[in-house]
Amino acid sequence: MALAFDDFGRPFIIIREQEQKTRLRGLDAQKANISAGKAVARILRTSLGPKGMDKMLQSPDGDVTISNDGATILEQMDVDNQIAKLMVELSRSQDYEIGDGTTGVVVMAGALLEQAEQLLERGIHPIRIAEGYEMASRIAVEHLDRIAQKYDFGVSNIEPLVQTCMTTLSSKIVNRCKRSLAEIAVKAVLAVADLERKDVRLDLIKVDGKVGGKLEDTELIYGIVVDKDMSHPQMPKQIEDAKIAILTCPFEPPKPKTKHKVDIDTVEKFQTLRLQEQKYFDDMVQKCKDVGATLVICQWGFDDEANHLLMHRNLPAVRWVGGVELELIAIATGGRIVPRFQELTPEKLGKAGLVQEKSFGTTKDRMLYIEHCANSRAVTVFIRGGNKMMIEETKRSIHDALCVARNLIRNNSIVYGGGSAEISCSVAVEAAADRYPGVEQYAIRAFADALDAIPMALAENSGLQPIETLSVVKSQQIKENNPYCGIDCNDVGTNDMREQNVFETLIGKQQQILLATQVVKMILKIDDVISPSEY
Amino acid sequence: MVLDRIFKDDSSEEKGERARMASFIGGMAIADLVKTTLGPKGMDKILQSTGRGREVTVTNDGATILKSLHIDNPAAKVLVDISKVQDDEVGDGTTSVVVLAGELLREAEKLVAAKIHPMTIISGYRMAAECALNALLQKVMDNKEDPEKFKFDLMKIAMTTLSSKILSQDKEHFAKLAVDAVMRLKGSTNLESIQIIKKPGGSLKDSFLDEGFILDKKIGIGQPKRIENAKILVANTAMDTDKVKIYGARVRVDSMAKVAEIEVAEKEKMREKVQKIIAHGINCFVNRQLIYNFPEELFADAGILAIEHADFDGIERLALVTGGEIASTFDNPESVKLGHCKLIEEIMIGEDKLIHFSGVELGQACTIVLRGASHHVLDEAERSLHDALCVLSQTVNDSRVLLGGGWPEMVMAKDVDELARKTPGKRSHAIEAFARALVAIPTIIADNAGLDSAELVAQLRAEHHKEGCTAGIDVISGSVGDMVQLGISEAFKVKQAVLLSATEAAEMILRVDEIITCAPRKREDRM
Repeated sequence: MALAFDDFGRPFIIIREQEQKTRLRGLDAQKANISAGKAVARILRTSLGPKGMDKMLQSPDGDVTISNDGATILEQMDVDNQIAKLMVELSRSQDYEIGDGTTGVVVMAGALLEQAEQLLERGIHPIRIAEGYEMASRIAVEHLDRIAQKYDFGVSNIEPLVQTCMTTLSSKIVNRCKRSLAEIAVKAVLAVADLERKDVRLDLIKVDGKVGGKLEDTELIYGIVVDKDMSHPQMPKQIEDAKIAILTCPFEPPKPKTKHKVDIDTVEKFQTLRLQEQKYFDDMVQKCKDVGATLVICQWGFDDEANHLLMHRNLPAVRWVGGVELELIAIATGGRIVPRFQELTPEKLGKAGLVQEKSFGTTKDRMLYIEHCANSRAVTVFIRGGNKMMIEETKRSIHDALCVARNLIRNNSIVYGGGSAEISCSVAVEAAADRYPGVEQYAIRAFADALDAIPMALAENSGLQPIETLSVVKSQQIKENNPYCGIDCNDVGTNDMREQNVFETLIGKQQQILLATQVVKMILKIDDVISPSEY
Repeated sequence: MVLDRIFKDDSSEEKGERARMASFIGGMAIADLVKTTLGPKGMDKILQSTGRGREVTVTNDGATILKSLHIDNPAAKVLVDISKVQDDEVGDGTTSVVVLAGELLREAEKLVAAKIHPMTIISGYRMAAECALNALLQKVMDNKEDPEKFKFDLMKIAMTTLSSKILSQDKEHFAKLAVDAVMRLKGSTNLESIQIIKKPGGSLKDSFLDEGFILDKKIGIGQPKRIENAKILVANTAMDTDKVKIYGARVRVDSMAKVAEIEVAEKEKMREKVQKIIAHGINCFVNRQLIYNFPEELFADAGILAIEHADFDGIERLALVTGGEIASTFDNPESVKLGHCKLIEEIMIGEDKLIHFSGVELGQACTIVLRGASHHVLDEAERSLHDALCVLSQTVNDSRVLLGGGWPEMVMAKDVDELARKTPGKRSHAIEAFARALVAIPTIIADNAGLDSAELVAQLRAEHHKEGCTAGIDVISGSVGDMVQLGISEAFKVKQAVLLSATEAAEMILRVDEIITCAPRKREDRM
């Protein structure tokens, strides 16, 4: 432990209770950090690619999650080590930013760390390594720009989008019906996309699931599905050309926010109050009726009397609809959310062609479908599947596919998958390395080796000889000057990813390389770890 | 060194072979647990709860057994979950789905030991499942056109479902009950309108289906016990003190006299309400909430039968059958729809008095009264009947029917086997294994019945190589028999769900190569 002494030989106390803290310094710290980072990457390595395996995670409460999605696995893993937490963050930020490639980014970072370890052993200073990595990542990203292709698609030609989504979905358990799911994802995204501004609001897409049925029954609904039913069992189950009043106020007498008391001291007061109360309910229902609403959707509950009055006036109602759903309904039906009965006007009503209640299976589950809306800019992907875990995993997969489709709409450049982009970058970085004088050259070369790790892991997971396959593909790329050769994971028989239709988005790939480099740089710069020791 | 310690304390991580082993074993253990309940000669299980009452459940229903287990193995949880979903979705086949998934895992384990990669197994299983489903689709029978035959089909399905349950002694009786009840629904799958009332006493044979509606309530004192041509108002309203709901209102008085006045006013309010209700011209009033003595007395005076505290289901059903609406306000008597029925009377079942509504308007709802020696028998009977009702109501919608007794499994196994021979590559092993897993089901049925399964299944397989074979295992006589003659049928929807979700679950478990268990959440020990 580092101690400083004053002139009289008494020690300064720099860190409080330093005897109780463990401390790692210098090279030891870096090595320990690297090995922790590698350990996390090792866990995810086998999940990469179309033949990647899943992980089963048991939460502290005993719930089981089965997933192939890097971000999900890491999030649920209950990690303790600080560096491992950094890796978790890394995968999460890839998830937020891009939505896909969360496994790849961690594997990439792991490979970079592994290379860095070797360089450290040769005595290269970590900062030099970090700088070398930085240069290399710039070269790689520029190279990606060069090999990327623009991909044209329109509302009528969605095939390219579907193909890209299929690449994403093929690594998930849902790859059995990746085609139909990819189509659903693309259609959903196109429905909400603003093609002129090149923007997609993913929060307009609601992904909902219900156990039962089969995966093939998953459907896209141009409208909203709400897990609620009509407030009164005898209300009509189907409403055509519905005019919807969307309310955030309860069917109740108002509760003024200021403190108040109504004292009843005479019989007359008691009776007037009673009459007023009745009038209140009546007025509220009448207001809804007057503006021409045929369906009331309310964020709050209402009591039996109001319920019956609604029923009586033939005004179906849904209660306890959540805020997010309410907003979606408002967007979809073109209605306004009305916070007070007084403000109800016919213009503020939402319109939907068909509202119906559907029941599932043998239990009493019912859901409310709001379809043929005035503004079909809000859609719902409704997932069915054999069990809860399957639904959850499908939700995650659909989310990934949606993100990919969105990214393509934002920026329609693609690179080819199957590790081809990484191999091509690796070749480019390797070639560029020789031009750099100084120690960084080694780091750049190491970066090129690290890029090879992803195709290697792909080959390994697909049951191929990793080194052999990689060297064959690499030589082919250089020989034919064809950056589209990748690993043939599915045993199709060709290495050309253009023929296999395996695409990834350019921004996704660039982001992966940049994020991984950043995190590795951060880890390399740490030379002192102080942590409270266990007691 | 901090090396490799990236998890929190108490978390565990299992990798590769070990993880796979753990999930295989977990899955198979669960399957073996419920295996013996499969088939008409399957045995029951006793479940004792850890709760204070140490309640005992005796059951044969796979979903019920698995639901009550506390399981730690994550793979086993997947199987429990599929069984639960099967129960929610089609109601029956909850045991079969777990057993099939277990067998698929057992076969997969052998293949993994023979160094075949799980992904190869999965792709083989997928092909096999598709092939099996097609085989079933080809052989499926649909008698929707012919109502007579269709009803006969339903009857057979009900009997087959019930034959593995406690009701097997009187399966014909119960099958008829179930079919009649479901036919009344006219195609809706809403089982809520079938009410099941359990009353201990008598024997299972004494159970009956009642066309009307029975409410498990007593009639108030001093009120008529029998009403003909009843006009019923079904309500959900407070009949105790009707509170003023305006927020912040409270009573504050300064003298005793005023208290009295308010009390009178309150009473007056209640009396007014009762008057309004009576003004509907009714002679029966059913409320979901309590009716206090004062209004009850008023009703009795008016000669109206008032029933309090009917539960929510009861109210909904009653409204459904009598065609009335559930009312909560009573200001417009002319526009409230009243319910009607021909006769309300008090009847006795065992020692309990119940209220019977007969001659109701809507014929959809009905009541099944179960009688039996003990609560356990009744509970199990209810579960069995529920299974049968679920299957029947699903079949009414999807009228495709298959034969039972291991016939569908053999049909599928035969086609899958053929596919295996045609498929080149390692996948064919997996496809073959799928066929073996399918054959395991008739084997288990035979084993459970104490028959020579190896002999029987071999005979069955030979039979199935003939065109248009209808052979299955006849558990009663212990031989291979003609399933058409024996009248053993199953619903296509059930088989399809079993096949698909078992394959899906097996696939899910097979894909796992690492299990990470988080540290269990620390709970405060409750005293």
